[in-house]
Amino acid sequence: MLPGMGDDTCAITLKVNGSTLRLQVAPWTTLLDLLRERLGLTGSKKGCDHGQCGACTVLVDGVRINSCLSLAVMRDGASVTTIEGLAEGDALHPLQQSFIEHDAFQCGYCTPGQLCSAVGLIAEGHAHSEDDIRELMSGNLCRCGAYPNIVAAIGQAMRPRRDA
Amino acid sequence: MTTGKTGAPHDRVDGRAKVTGQARYAGEFTAPDLVHGFVVTSAIARGKIVRIDAAEALALPGVLQVYTHENAPRLAWRDRSWRDMVAPGGSPLRPLHDAEVQFSGQPIALVVAESFELAREAAGLVKVDYEAAPHETRLAEVEAEAHEPARGKKGYTPPPKPRGRADEALAAAPVRVEATYEHPPLHHNPMEPHATTVIVEADGSLTIHDKTQGVTNSRDYVCKVFGLASDQVRVVTPFVGGGFGSGLRPQYQLFLAVLAARELRRSVRVVLSRQQMFTIGYRPWTRQRVALGAERDGRLRALIHEAVGNTSRFEDYCENVVPWSGVLYECPNTRLEYGVAALDLYTPIDARAPGAVTGLWALESAIDELADALDIDPLALRLKNYAEEDQDHRRPFSSKALRDCYREGAARFGWHRRSLAARSMREGALQIGWAMATGIWEAQQAPSQAKALLTADCRLHVASASGEIGPGTYTIMSQIAAEQLGLPLAAVRFELGDTALPPAMIQGGSATASSVGSAVLAVCRALQHSLLKLAQTMPDSPFGGRALEDVEFVDRSLRLCSGVAPAVPIAAIMRHAGLGSIAEQTTAIPDLARQSRYTSNAHSAVFVEVAVDEALGTVTVRRVVSAVAGGRILNPKTARSQILGGVVWGIGMALEEHSMLDHGLGRFVNHNLGEYHVPVHADVPAIDVVFVEERDDVVNPLGVKGLGEIGIVGVAAAIANAVFHATGRRIRELPITLDKLL
Repeated sequence: MLPGMGDDTCAITLKVNGSTLRLQVAPWTTLLDLLRERLGLTGSKKGCDHGQCGACTVLVDGVRINSCLSLAVMRDGASVTTIEGLAEGDALHPLQQSFIEHDAFQCGYCTPGQLCSAVGLIAEGHAHSEDDIRELMSGNLCRCGAYPNIVAAIGQAMRPRRDA
Repeated sequence: MTTGKTGAPHDRVDGRAKVTGQARYAGEFTAPDLVHGFVVTSAIARGKIVRIDAAEALALPGVLQVYTHENAPRLAWRDRSWRDMVAPGGSPLRPLHDAEVQFSGQPIALVVAESFELAREAAGLVKVDYEAAPHETRLAEVEAEAHEPARGKKGYTPPPKPRGRADEALAAAPVRVEATYEHPPLHHNPMEPHATTVIVEADGSLTIHDKTQGVTNSRDYVCKVFGLASDQVRVVTPFVGGGFGSGLRPQYQLFLAVLAARELRRSVRVVLSRQQMFTIGYRPWTRQRVALGAERDGRLRALIHEAVGNTSRFEDYCENVVPWSGVLYECPNTRLEYGVAALDLYTPIDARAPGAVTGLWALESAIDELADALDIDPLALRLKNYAEEDQDHRRPFSSKALRDCYREGAARFGWHRRSLAARSMREGALQIGWAMATGIWEAQQAPSQAKALLTADCRLHVASASGEIGPGTYTIMSQIAAEQLGLPLAAVRFELGDTALPPAMIQGGSATASSVGSAVLAVCRALQHSLLKLAQTMPDSPFGGRALEDVEFVDRSLRLCSGVAPAVPIAAIMRHAGLGSIAEQTTAIPDLARQSRYTSNAHSAVFVEVAVDEALGTVTVRRVVSAVAGGRILNPKTARSQILGGVVWGIGMALEEHSMLDHGLGRFVNHNLGEYHVPVHADVPAIDVVFVEERDDVVNPLGVKGLGEIGIVGVAAAIANAVFHATGRRIRELPITLDKLL
């Protein structure tokens, strides 16, 4: 039994950033708290714990979700990508690079959520203009007000690079 | 690789850490023995706790302790021990001190358990009985009892004495406007909740990761309250997930986490919930009356500005709301007054551009009202009354490029195409409004220290116990240092946020670039001096008899500015001297004798376009131009971001943000990010930021004025003025929600 978790823990399997993990988790543990507290993946942030700010956004089977609104046991068998899994080794994901170039963050606390959300957004394929990006990214709050730069950064990452 | 330079739009040096999730915030440090605290807050606004029963919580396996006023240790008893560096006058909150409840949401217990979930669950099981006393949370009810704030708050200056005879001049003025403006309490809501992780080291000392804008402030507070020596407490905070003022004072989770760690002798983390983020400070609820009297040609004859902001019953929070009105426009007769009135709420705390945001919301709305009454272009009216000197202090401005802000902002916005009358611009069902306002903020410098270590491989380590709440401190300090020693940016490492480093001013008031930047500049100049001295001892040195003004550091080398002799690599100078490294430490102290002969302010002119749906009352900000005179710009990329952030805050203040009180309960009831509306992506249009050229060699050695505050000042007024221009409706109570326009 893990301390403070009661007797009722559940065995789940999660693939996190490519590694398969077998975990014993309490049913009341959210995916976000599992990532941050158990797995040491503190890149996913807790801003509200109510699905209202988007700082905890991760990709589950390629789809962006608020990990604070998902219990870990609900995701048995899923593949989770967090901010720590976006880059390939030293090579940043194009969105990460674009965020740096456009200064699309200040304090950095909402940034992992913005990035994971942007990856999900691009995969969804519904954003065709800056206004679309604004609308479809509105679940990710940024109190520093980096919005114009985030929109520009995502816009650039969505366009195929000429030099690629 | 080229030399790092100020003035260049370098990417943030901490960018990679922030986009990969490696930047670590206060609640993300850990230890093998870590346990979790969850705070229980009061359900009443005023009264006494008559019984607090933690038995059920303590019965849960894994719950370690529940701290309340009944079992918390007795600590420092003097108010001054509890007063932090920036505390206002009064008696600071002492969590768990006694049974008295002074505001709704006051921390009254801390549950500590082996897991976060368990601590949170157990917190819900703590039963509290109260004896409630009548409370008051309505500003209008106490406004008449407003008093001069008690002394003690750093940076607060009482309003200047009246000039001329404002009331008589107002009565005699051919054209008068007079109105009352109000905004509600506003919570900062940084994305990172307030959090503290206290690590108990093997020797019993404490390493504290606290969400704070000043590690020294947190360290000193803990030492005074708990009676600890400064070498027993180290505060380390490399990143802060947004502050905006909320981290200027130690928040109660710091106290509670330290208390539990000392009692349990275990590492403890306490993180506030988003709901609890509404139990700490806020921008105070403020009502203001502005009366302006003018000649028919627009010249101001009288200016009266009176403001009352709320405070708590136990501290006199105060801010500089009205002094700007005596400085911004030329007017022979002014009367400025400010008072605070106590409510049964927690003490407010500085919020981005404290005071100026508030005062300029009223003043710049009133100027627009006067322009309308005079039938004069609002920009022309401002230029007509442009102040060429600080009349209240009878001294010149060290620099003031506000006229350039007006001119460049207007040109970028296309102001000349504006039609003067309200309700004169339409696009189908949309009423279009164009308006503007002025912003102002005080340029400040406070003493700060920095140390530097230059190694023979030309790597430079610079450090100061400053902070990084988001402005780009790591980046601009690295740029300053790289430029001084002619190094590439990548060769410089700047370290901050650690009380083991030389102390710096608290990160607030837009003064980090000026204060810590000046310290970095000074310590690098000390290194330059040492290197020049060493270079002069080299055989056939071209530097004999030369002073620092005659030389420059470029491409890792020292050379004569005249270029008549070959450059000498820094590595060669150190090799010749047989040195592996050179270390310096310096304090930069403001030149007060010189600075006090001038008034130094940053300025802005903000132009906005809004569209109002006449049938629905919805307001959309469609574009913003913010033209800023902020002295020298160290990094145009991060500087622009600071202004963007300020404008976004202004949009929130004007149209969305409102901490709503239920006066029956005496508590903030929309205490979450679903109901406390902050701007989201869809609310923010293209924002055009312009920095006008402004040289200032008085304000500090770098000539910078700071940019964290100026971006927000005036924005709410500009938007309210644009709503008037669109609709003909003057809304004087923020936020401008659709119910006020229907």
